[in-house]
Amino acid sequence: MAKIVPKKTPMREQPPKERAKNYDEVPYGYNQQEATQEALRCLQCKKPTCIQGCPVEIDIPGFIKFIAEGNFRAAIDRLKEKNVLPAVCGRVCPQEDQCEKLCVLSKKYEPVAIGRLERFAADWERGQGEFLIPKIPQSTEKKVAIIGAGPGGLTVAGDLVMLGHGVTIFEALHRPGGVLVYGIPEFRLPKAIVYREVDYLLQCGVKLVLDFIVGKTATIDQLLKEYDALYIGTGAGLPWFMNIPGENLNGVYSANEYLTRSNLMKAYLFPEYDTPIVRGKNVAVIGGGNVAMDCARTALRLGAHEVHIVYRRSLKEMPARIEEIHHAEEEGIIFDILTLPVKYIGDEKDWVKEMECIRMKLGEPDASGRRRPVPIEGSNFITPVDTVVCAIGQSPNPLIPQTTPGLKIGKWGNIEVDPKTGKTSKKGCWAGGDVVRGGATVILAMGDGRVAARSMHEYLTTGVW
Amino acid sequence: MYKVIKREQIVPNIHLLVIQSDIIYKNALAGEFVVVRADEQGERIPLNLVDWNKDSASLVFMEVGTSTRKLASLEAGDEVATLAGPLGKPTERVSEKKIVCIGGCYGIGALYPVIRMFKENKNHVVTMVEARSAFLLYWQERLSRYSDEFYEITRDGTKGFKGHISDFLVDYLKKNSVDLLYVQGCTYLTYLASETTRPLGVKTIVGLNPIMVDATGMCGVCRVIVGGEIKFGCVDGPEFDGHQVDWENLIARRKTYINAEIYSLSFYECERYG
Repeated sequence: MAKIVPKKTPMREQPPKERAKNYDEVPYGYNQQEATQEALRCLQCKKPTCIQGCPVEIDIPGFIKFIAEGNFRAAIDRLKEKNVLPAVCGRVCPQEDQCEKLCVLSKKYEPVAIGRLERFAADWERGQGEFLIPKIPQSTEKKVAIIGAGPGGLTVAGDLVMLGHGVTIFEALHRPGGVLVYGIPEFRLPKAIVYREVDYLLQCGVKLVLDFIVGKTATIDQLLKEYDALYIGTGAGLPWFMNIPGENLNGVYSANEYLTRSNLMKAYLFPEYDTPIVRGKNVAVIGGGNVAMDCARTALRLGAHEVHIVYRRSLKEMPARIEEIHHAEEEGIIFDILTLPVKYIGDEKDWVKEMECIRMKLGEPDASGRRRPVPIEGSNFITPVDTVVCAIGQSPNPLIPQTTPGLKIGKWGNIEVDPKTGKTSKKGCWAGGDVVRGGATVILAMGDGRVAARSMHEYLTTGVW
Repeated sequence: MYKVIKREQIVPNIHLLVIQSDIIYKNALAGEFVVVRADEQGERIPLNLVDWNKDSASLVFMEVGTSTRKLASLEAGDEVATLAGPLGKPTERVSEKKIVCIGGCYGIGALYPVIRMFKENKNHVVTMVEARSAFLLYWQERLSRYSDEFYEITRDGTKGFKGHISDFLVDYLKKNSVDLLYVQGCTYLTYLASETTRPLGVKTIVGLNPIMVDATGMCGVCRVIVGGEIKFGCVDGPEFDGHQVDWENLIARRKTYINAEIYSLSFYECERYG
């Protein structure tokens, strides 16, 4: 056997100074030679542990073997057997906590760069122009409605259309993709890639209805009269605020608003696009997750001179992916850790001009296992800001829970499901992703979709709830 | 894309837009709104739903910035990029009450489905429409059909009562016992009406028009402080108790993008007309 290469094949990136001024994607992705080289690092374990780390159960050694052999068509086909969004997952999955964490190599060396290889295979197919449409089985005459064209809904759609069911996705916004389009910035996930993956599903026979707000345009009960089964994947669309003084001042955004303006509405192209966004010079982003990193890096690209991530715990507890923190640091984002805003102060026109913070220290571990941040009495200080983005999390959107009798709702407004099947308390309705979990990840939403699709197929073929 | 059936200027700067839709009527209720995006570059803006049937949704809007300028230049057969709704909470149903309904500007149009609903629910409907001058009043016939009493108020006295709505309203409320006041129009009108009734203790429901983006509860830009709590205009409103609204904050938030809006409109005009 060849000698093991201890480190991942590096991925080329746009230089930090250059990329902080544009919206182009940061990593370039592997070329064929780099991909093959990296694929050869895979030990092709007889009992691969990496697959256990993948919520959608991709045959990881299988697709990597094809890349190593230079058979890229076979690699993407193998990926697509389990994942309808490989170009997306190869970019935004937290592989370091999933497949790569369980890679045998990672015990002594760096794991195989599974995410980068997934991205390579998907991008290779894109480079070929047309994609191959698989043979769709004969129609089962069953109709399925999917609420929300985010990663979970798209996964369910892909799985069920391949089983011969008639699938219609209802999307509230004017573009499909959910958080992939309104939330994740262009420089991390180009929108053309999302639209192409959606287009693939449409070519497979999935129907897409935009501008349709389930709960308002039609209720779940109304849809159930027309459809045999229904999947709710409406995400976590209700932003949290901290309920501190000054949060309603102008210049204080929720992360959802800031990112939706910039990504979905293309406010970064204002005035060519009509939606404006405040181009702050001194921006504070509150929170330490991936969304906070996205907001901070967006602020930089909108022309900020200084962008601070304000986080109440230390870097060690930060929930964002290491890669995202690293990219943000490289681009010059300043990390104010162990700091908590307590008040925003406005000018005479009600625009935020200052932020009062308190320093924190770490105490005993809390329920999440992370050390609890405790305020240090008397450590308050005031710092100038002209834009604040509150990226402290969100809970499920209430439109469907409010308008659907018989749907069991948890105390955070989340829809309760049986985790083994994704079934809700309402017959014929499944749910998954952030509407069930609160704020989680793209791949967990896709994993939930996979589980639900399996259960939905069983129900559609047997009629047993 | 959604086809425009009709677009007409009702009075200067106020337009009626009728857009093809075979779904909005199914669940539409008085007091709700829709989101419209004029074209691919357009903003998502909320507009009051003033009428609906199995083929179309009708909206009344005031031409003020780029988005509404784009809508105001549409003709029958053109298309808009987005039409989504109905959205928001409908007006609370009440019956056998005496209700004063006030409309100004685009709010005159917005009043129409609400007074129709009030009338159908056996209320005594008193309608007051106000404008700077008579030539800015519209839909009197349509509104009076569902009104038990109908009044026109103009600041220059060219029609009906001469003066401010607040003066007329105070006078009316002194002479009549009223259960509820309902107001549709610009932020200033809704604020003024709420402040007028506050000392008199008449419950006042106002239709607000905060800035929105997705209008489904996702972004929070439309947050309004009501009774000291943050409420979202799009899903908790857009109608609130006018005596509970933090008006100063609402008025400030309405002005967030005023400079950008002016810039956007001049950019659009230059692009379009050179």
